[in-house]
Amino acid sequence: MSTNTEGPPVTRDHEPTQVADDGMEVIARTQGQMVLRRFLRHRAAMLGLGTLLFIVVLAYTSIGYGPFGGWWDKSFLRTGTVLDGGRPTLFTEGFALGEHPFGQDNVGKDYFALVMRGTQQSLVVAFIIGIVTTLLGTLIGAAAGFFRGRTEAVLMRITDAMISVPTLIFAAIVAAVFGRTGIVFLGIALGVVTWTGLARLVRGEFMALREKEFVEAARAIGTSNWRIITKHILPNTVGVIIVTATLAIAAGILLETALSFLGLGIQPPDVSLGSLITEYQTAMVSRPWLFWWPGIFIVAIALSVNFIGDGLRDAFDPRQNRVRD
Amino acid sequence: MTQTSPAPVSAHDEHVGEHLLEVRDLVMHFPIRGSGFLRRVVGQVQAVSGVSLDLDAGETLGVVGESGCGKSTTGRAILQLHTPTAGSVRWEGKELTELPKQEMQAVRRDLQIVFQDPYASLNPKMPVNDIIAEPLKVHGRYKDGGPARVKELLQLVGLNPEHGNRYPHEFSGGQRQRIGIARALALQPKALILDEPVSALDVSVQAGIINLLEDLQDEFGLAYVFIAHDLSVVRHISDRVAVMYLGKVVETGERDEIYRRPSHPYTQALLSAAPSANPEIEAKRERIILEGDVPSPADPPSGCRFRTRCWKAEEICATEEPELVDRGQGHPVACHFAEELLEVINPDDVTP
Repeated sequence: MSTNTEGPPVTRDHEPTQVADDGMEVIARTQGQMVLRRFLRHRAAMLGLGTLLFIVVLAYTSIGYGPFGGWWDKSFLRTGTVLDGGRPTLFTEGFALGEHPFGQDNVGKDYFALVMRGTQQSLVVAFIIGIVTTLLGTLIGAAAGFFRGRTEAVLMRITDAMISVPTLIFAAIVAAVFGRTGIVFLGIALGVVTWTGLARLVRGEFMALREKEFVEAARAIGTSNWRIITKHILPNTVGVIIVTATLAIAAGILLETALSFLGLGIQPPDVSLGSLITEYQTAMVSRPWLFWWPGIFIVAIALSVNFIGDGLRDAFDPRQNRVRD
Repeated sequence: MTQTSPAPVSAHDEHVGEHLLEVRDLVMHFPIRGSGFLRRVVGQVQAVSGVSLDLDAGETLGVVGESGCGKSTTGRAILQLHTPTAGSVRWEGKELTELPKQEMQAVRRDLQIVFQDPYASLNPKMPVNDIIAEPLKVHGRYKDGGPARVKELLQLVGLNPEHGNRYPHEFSGGQRQRIGIARALALQPKALILDEPVSALDVSVQAGIINLLEDLQDEFGLAYVFIAHDLSVVRHISDRVAVMYLGKVVETGERDEIYRRPSHPYTQALLSAAPSANPEIEAKRERIILEGDVPSPADPPSGCRFRTRCWKAEEICATEEPELVDRGQGHPVACHFAEELLEVINPDDVTP
């Protein structure tokens, strides 16, 4: 992070932690504070966080969610007259949204409302997948890598079996069963089939770390297995877990897209970003905006989540803290 | 090797029950598994085969031997970090190999270990304060005066307590080893197993750590099992020395006995290999060059394990394993042809 020293506002974030030469006063920061500090200084992560927050706020305030209304007056369900061939009105007359900022589809639905609704649903599914995958993958990988022996054999054979079935087929079956019961269940169900990669990575990390001398030192002290796992090994795998989790969130969006394409994901009339793309893919030539808007949102969400993950990984790594300003 | 004959005055048998730490016929084998589906055990790496050691309160026992001779494994097996295959480890009369977990916790307060590699033995994600506080927390002693105790420990090992919230990677090798020592001292142990505590360090830093260890010993009456392959360091710090070769103790005794009158051919060869700082003596120094390599511990030679490289080996060495007994040398030696060899090297040459 040596790049932080460039640019004019260098003195901006000097905190009252500087060492007073006379008294050798060093203000102790907790580990959490240091992690937060490093995260807040990570530019890409801040950019990603800003983008993601903007998308979340936009999606939920515009058309509202559940009983809460938003500031956008058109519904994603209501059809209407197609104006000007459904072309987007965003910024066509100066800096204004216009009647249909993202355009309209062929039956006159407001596409801005549709994309906002799709974003809401995709975010929910993606984050649930991310959480479920991370929890399951970490738990199973940690147990297998730490305890080895029979535990490992059983858990890893289950993992292998799940990996040998293509995720999409697995997800399609699960989605066919749970898909209609609601978006939360769909997310959980998809998370249950996507944890395998993370489990393998975490297991590998645990296998390597459990042989390290600092773990042996902890054993020599008489530290319990639980404490060794949570205090000594897990913090050293945070990087892998976070990167994989953010990738899982990005992959979750795409998996949901693929399922919607097969008609198994979000059920119409509800929409997700994936189902929007698939529904309007034939309009690619005649009405390209129907394809572009959800695409842009998918890419923006996936990228910003990855940047945030990158920043978190760096923040959790104390070796990144090289500059002492 | 030992079930049969308690008859000869073996090195330790006379004092059973009187020492702080008694290791008897410790055996540590690691299975070698085949590559097949069933991963059957196809052999054993005999890392430690029947080692007996004693440690009294406040003394330092040096354990020397070349790489792979089982020194570190012995240390870890004493602490039950590896479950020994056979043999007994007694701490203040308690048999550690069969001790319930709860009681073992209590022993761990008294018996701690310092590791060789100061880079691998500290958790890179933990600030130093937390590393040193860890033993206190695990044993429920952090609540009253924990932070103060951590500061005190840092000071004790010669580190600035203000640096406690730094991470291990911000320290040098010698400083990290001091952190490791502070962690080991946190619970006020009676004995430390020092597993090559200085061999990963620069020579100039070694002296500082050795002096620190000696000061701590004087201050707290600690007993040390000092595992090392550096003969001069062992000579400097030890009261008694045990020489190991391929999982066995070949010679043991008072430090000066071993260094001035080594009787086992291996010890003689080992000592003759130590260079002298004095160029005149170094020029005249006679070295015993051993041929070949250390045999594989998975398939050790029959009889005396040193016979494949020994210039004195005869038939009896292949058929009969020499007991570790005093054959008139003044200390126990495991060699059929142990001789009294006076002054291989001038004792004052080997200085740390």
